[in-house]
Amino acid sequence: MNEPDCNPNQETFVINLGPQHPATHGVLRVKLTMDGEYIVHAEPVLGYIHRMHEKMGENRTWAQFLPNTARLDYLGALSYNHGYVQVVERAAGIEVPERAEYIRVITVELNRIASHLLWYGAFVLDLGGFTPLLYAFDDREHVLDLLESVTGARLTFCYFRFGGVYNDIDEPFITGTRAFIKRLRSRLPDYHNLVTKNIIMIKRLKEVGPISAEMCRRYGATGPVLRGSGVCYDVRKNEPYSVYPELDFDIPVYSECDSMARYMVRMDEIDQCLRIIEQALDKLPDGPVMAEKAPKIIKPPVGDYYGAVEAARGTFGIRVVSDGTNTPYRMKLRSPTFSNLSLFGEASRGMLLADALALMGSLDLVIPEIDR
Amino acid sequence: MMELLEMEPLRLLIFLGGLIAFAALNAAYLVWLERKVAAHIQCRIGPKEVGPFGLLQPLVDGIKLMSKQLLVPNGVDPYLFKVAPLLVLVPAVMSFVVIPFGENLAARNIDLGLLMIFAFASVNVLGLLLGGWGSGNKYAVISAARAVSQNVAYEIPMLITVISLVMVTHTMNLNEIVKQQEGMFWNWYIFRLTASPLMPVAFLIFFICSLAETNRAPFDLGEAESELIAGYHTEYSGMGFGVFFMGEYANMVIGASLATVLFLGGWQSPFGIGSGWWWFLLKVYALIFCVMWVRWTYPRTTLWGLLNLSWKVLIPISLFNLLLTGATIKVVSYLFGA
Repeated sequence: MNEPDCNPNQETFVINLGPQHPATHGVLRVKLTMDGEYIVHAEPVLGYIHRMHEKMGENRTWAQFLPNTARLDYLGALSYNHGYVQVVERAAGIEVPERAEYIRVITVELNRIASHLLWYGAFVLDLGGFTPLLYAFDDREHVLDLLESVTGARLTFCYFRFGGVYNDIDEPFITGTRAFIKRLRSRLPDYHNLVTKNIIMIKRLKEVGPISAEMCRRYGATGPVLRGSGVCYDVRKNEPYSVYPELDFDIPVYSECDSMARYMVRMDEIDQCLRIIEQALDKLPDGPVMAEKAPKIIKPPVGDYYGAVEAARGTFGIRVVSDGTNTPYRMKLRSPTFSNLSLFGEASRGMLLADALALMGSLDLVIPEIDR
Repeated sequence: MMELLEMEPLRLLIFLGGLIAFAALNAAYLVWLERKVAAHIQCRIGPKEVGPFGLLQPLVDGIKLMSKQLLVPNGVDPYLFKVAPLLVLVPAVMSFVVIPFGENLAARNIDLGLLMIFAFASVNVLGLLLGGWGSGNKYAVISAARAVSQNVAYEIPMLITVISLVMVTHTMNLNEIVKQQEGMFWNWYIFRLTASPLMPVAFLIFFICSLAETNRAPFDLGEAESELIAGYHTEYSGMGFGVFFMGEYANMVIGASLATVLFLGGWQSPFGIGSGWWWFLLKVYALIFCVMWVRWTYPRTTLWGLLNLSWKVLIPISLFNLLLTGATIKVVSYLFGA
């Protein structure tokens, strides 16, 4: 961490933002050196919810690690499921039936919507508006009901298996999802009228908290943070995986670099997710949802494998090294918010406390995923 | 009854008891109302378990707060820490003394009633400052500094607006001001465009300023929970917190009452007949409903945005309104003869 550029005549004080603080959404602690209401130096302190997921991965079989992937980012768990099964399938050479891939895309995108809706509520809550949170949760509840009906869980999903998915989707799920798409499409204009066009919101977000593309590159920030800085990078388009190449969707990019840009990227992404789900439901092929030749015990050949997916918060990369046994030799999880948070110290320098917290909210942090 | 009220000590006792009861009851039931309004806006039900429609909820909350230990944390200034909540509540209750609830229903009908309310309203900020400072908590100190700069900034446009109104009324006696607005609703000062063409704007400025003065959303920077946890009452619990809370709601009632008296005709009926205290309460609670509506709709501003709004927008407009009011009075008296 850089040392604070302190003026010896300047009177500063340190406040601890967290580990229990309403704005840090979990157990993140930020040590703030303040000059009045201005931030001189901000240092995120991690480790309050470290659970050694990587080490756990190296001590259990390939399949046993699956539930762990849901406990990194508990708001977008299916993307992490997807990243892990994908890299192991690639390593072990398992072919996934097309129907399973479509189901994966549908559920992952539903989960992304749920994650963005929760972020929307929490972000406006950070800015002092309480009501949108409840509206967003109302819609999110519908997504969770849908996902519960097919995966059996509402939060920490463990739905994907090596070679497919655990459970086929049924007719009520499909009709329910179509109804949800219709419902959310009619609700999104309300969200924009209530929040996006609100003058106080605009004043608090426009031209506040700039994060340049260059800064994103230095810290490795990805996801909506990067796309809010004018860089069109999305793993679904740039390194296509699953059945995304067969679906038609846009990557929202805003080049304003401010908190508003990051807000708009996520709001537009909800719209794109709905498009993806709609197409995937239309194209959903028949067939099995599990590869017939999927081995019961996975022993990928010796090698070094890497796979990445676009999670709700950015690029989730996973590198596994196999030594040919039934446990991974090395597992490295590259979580997006860890990189996204790292730039907070530099980006918040000289900002007012209130604006810095708006910036932090716009990064969409999930602490268990930072700490892993 | 009337003879009894003539007796000074008894009158004092009755009104003191009545006012404290009114303030406490309002604080308790406005919390209930706030929760119901918030629930309605957010498509929820709100309190419903304790009593019909949750009507006994404030009682239970009050008992809970009172039965809690009065916790004085280490490192606080115990004297300031304990006196601060009272400094918020007492001035608010004192301001009720001059509020005319009905034609003959005011604890004291004094000629400088308006001045007295503003004098007591200024004490309120002292309570926030001492509470924040005495807590010895950095968040509380930041919050206290914010509350002071906010109150200073918003007292000015509020007072300028009131001065321009007093130029029209020629009196600071609140009862007199209400009496001047007798008759149909266009006699209310908010619609008296002949007195000053900007009267509705003046009311709006007054309303915004009273939101800021009472630290209500979207100007609740003193207790911005996402930044400062709970602001100046971070360290308070139990009844210390409860008294702060009561003070906040009592201040809200005062703000709404003053707006009603000055601009909305006080206890006067909008149709000229059937005037009485019920009209006063109706108008006050309608305004309070608006305050709650605003709170549950808008996000919070920043301190800078708040100060900019006051110094760069509200003060110039209210000064212009003052000028225009003076000019209008001169022109009208010249044209129609004094």
